[in-house]
Amino acid sequence: MSEFVIFPGLIMVLGAILIPVLGGSLRLLALLGLPALTLAAVWALPADASLQVAFLDYTLEPVRSSAEGRLFATVFAIMAFVGGLYAHRQASTAELTAALVYAGSAIGVTFAGDLLTLFVFWEIMALGSTAVIWSAGTQAAYRAGLRYLLVHLLGGVILMIGIVAYGVDTGSLEFTSMQADSIGTWLILIGFLVNAGAPPLSAWIADAYPEASPSGTVFLSAFTTKTAVFALLVGFPGTEILIPVGLYMVFYGIIYALLENDMRRILAYSIVNQVGFMVAAIGIGTEMALNGAAAHAFAHIIYKALLLMSAGSVLLMTGRRKCTDLGGLFRSMPVTAINGIVGALAISAFPFTSGFVTKSLETQAAANEGMLIVWLLLLAASAGVFLHAGIKFPWFVFFQKDSGLRPSEPPVNLRYAMWLFSILCIAIGLFPNTLYAILPYPVDYQPYTVDHLVTQFQVLLFAGFAFFVMLKQMRRTLTISLDFDWFYRKFFKEIGREFTIRSSAAREAREQQALAWVNRFIDRLYRHHGPQGILARAWPTGSMVLWVAALLGFLLLLDYL
Amino acid sequence: MNTSTDESQTQTSQAERRHWLYRSENLPKLWFVQIAILVLAVLPEFFVHHHQYFEEDGFTLDSSFGFYAWYGFIACAGMVALAKILGIFLKRKDTYYDE
Repeated sequence: MSEFVIFPGLIMVLGAILIPVLGGSLRLLALLGLPALTLAAVWALPADASLQVAFLDYTLEPVRSSAEGRLFATVFAIMAFVGGLYAHRQASTAELTAALVYAGSAIGVTFAGDLLTLFVFWEIMALGSTAVIWSAGTQAAYRAGLRYLLVHLLGGVILMIGIVAYGVDTGSLEFTSMQADSIGTWLILIGFLVNAGAPPLSAWIADAYPEASPSGTVFLSAFTTKTAVFALLVGFPGTEILIPVGLYMVFYGIIYALLENDMRRILAYSIVNQVGFMVAAIGIGTEMALNGAAAHAFAHIIYKALLLMSAGSVLLMTGRRKCTDLGGLFRSMPVTAINGIVGALAISAFPFTSGFVTKSLETQAAANEGMLIVWLLLLAASAGVFLHAGIKFPWFVFFQKDSGLRPSEPPVNLRYAMWLFSILCIAIGLFPNTLYAILPYPVDYQPYTVDHLVTQFQVLLFAGFAFFVMLKQMRRTLTISLDFDWFYRKFFKEIGREFTIRSSAAREAREQQALAWVNRFIDRLYRHHGPQGILARAWPTGSMVLWVAALLGFLLLLDYL
Repeated sequence: MNTSTDESQTQTSQAERRHWLYRSENLPKLWFVQIAILVLAVLPEFFVHHHQYFEEDGFTLDSSFGFYAWYGFIACAGMVALAKILGIFLKRKDTYYDE
């Protein structure tokens, strides 16, 4: 325990207050300075730093250094820095503020030594990201943001119940490697998986992210799913169920991205695909696989942000997002196209890019464990990544047909941000040892062998060949694809509507019945007491006299008896 | 490059010649280049010996000639076909959820 420990995550969460206050170049300074300061704090923290606080019967550890945490915090800080550069000119004040809180809380998670701290930052992250989506200001963004928030609050509740059960079971809240063998740990696992985009709730990524602003989507792509990867990496390494879950995500992402027409939604599905690789690797659970998941997450954040920056630039300059409306933009937006292609090559794990030196750790780990089926599926999926993101995105946006659009390049800050990430994608690919050195476990792997280069080129180039051979089968249509969100966007809505119709019909029937009762009652009253009613009639005097005479006669009779 | 103004963004000027990439007479050339690259990618098969990872399981296909090439192709073709089939059931107009 040390006396003074900085909270790396809080620098951006609290510093975000500066954004609405400052303007102009001072705001840019804060936007770039806070992530830079965070990065410095992450690395200034000693490797065994720990801050422990007693809370009720438990010991909390709001700050704990770990190799995994430092790796993820590093890439989160880099992401916030370059994302801030990309966003600062065109994004709203609300979005920039929310983005900083969001990024800071993600870093807070990576330093959480106990589950309660993790949960608090987890929820701040959900709120921050929802605010980023809402900052787009459209009705579609508002509704998508609300659906997004509901999914994450559900995940948060599941996680909280799990944490409580775990705390009661074990008497400790320490965030450490767990076994999914009790209700508590299972619920924690499910809570983590909701944020990773695991089935069945995968649809929120492609539903909500593409509704954010061009820069908002860039921020969103980086933090939520990757903090979930971090949490799984630390909490559930080697949990076998993660292998099939990850493989499902890998192919789900590919198939849905192939069917999709919206360029940013293609990339959103591809997030699920990429996180699937990491989840499967965490399930394999060897040191090499865990290194692979961590390194892949690091590289993925950079190239996926780069791809979305490229797509965001296109959206910003053309106002269009559908592949059917785009094409041929490489002529007037060469910088955006080149950077998009670098990102596409990196995500496809092309040799000399960051994807090549990181994803191969995962496939190699499967091979080393003798997991033949897993290896074959991951290999097929690697080809599929090139198909659904690596070629599909640049082809339909920048080449394809000539759409006649001649937009100019985006503003200079967007271009700088893209160049920075492009350089990083290639630098990591060329000098992987710098990244390998900060991975959780020692790396004994050489990505650049002749065998690996040859086989990777073959897989990718023939995947590309398949794309062009089957191009006619992939003609874009003005469609979306049904997903699990159909249940909460359509099914329950329709059920609700059906309930409204039926219940109002039933209510009407009841009402009619009650009305009929009342009417009948009134009718009867009227019949007896109304103007013609037998009990309300004015009786003639003669009959009165007759009746009185009859009564008196009756009394007389009684007297004699 | 950036000569077009905002107003003419949606309209290609008539004088502009189609880019060579979009001219139909260049299509065979593009295919030829692609096939040439593929042949180049398969050539090393004659010299490189692939590592076998699954010998113990009796699976040696991964070191056979051109495995990665045909596997990459078949996998992608299969996924496109699968997407096509699932699309029959899953695709809806993109205004489906709009009210």
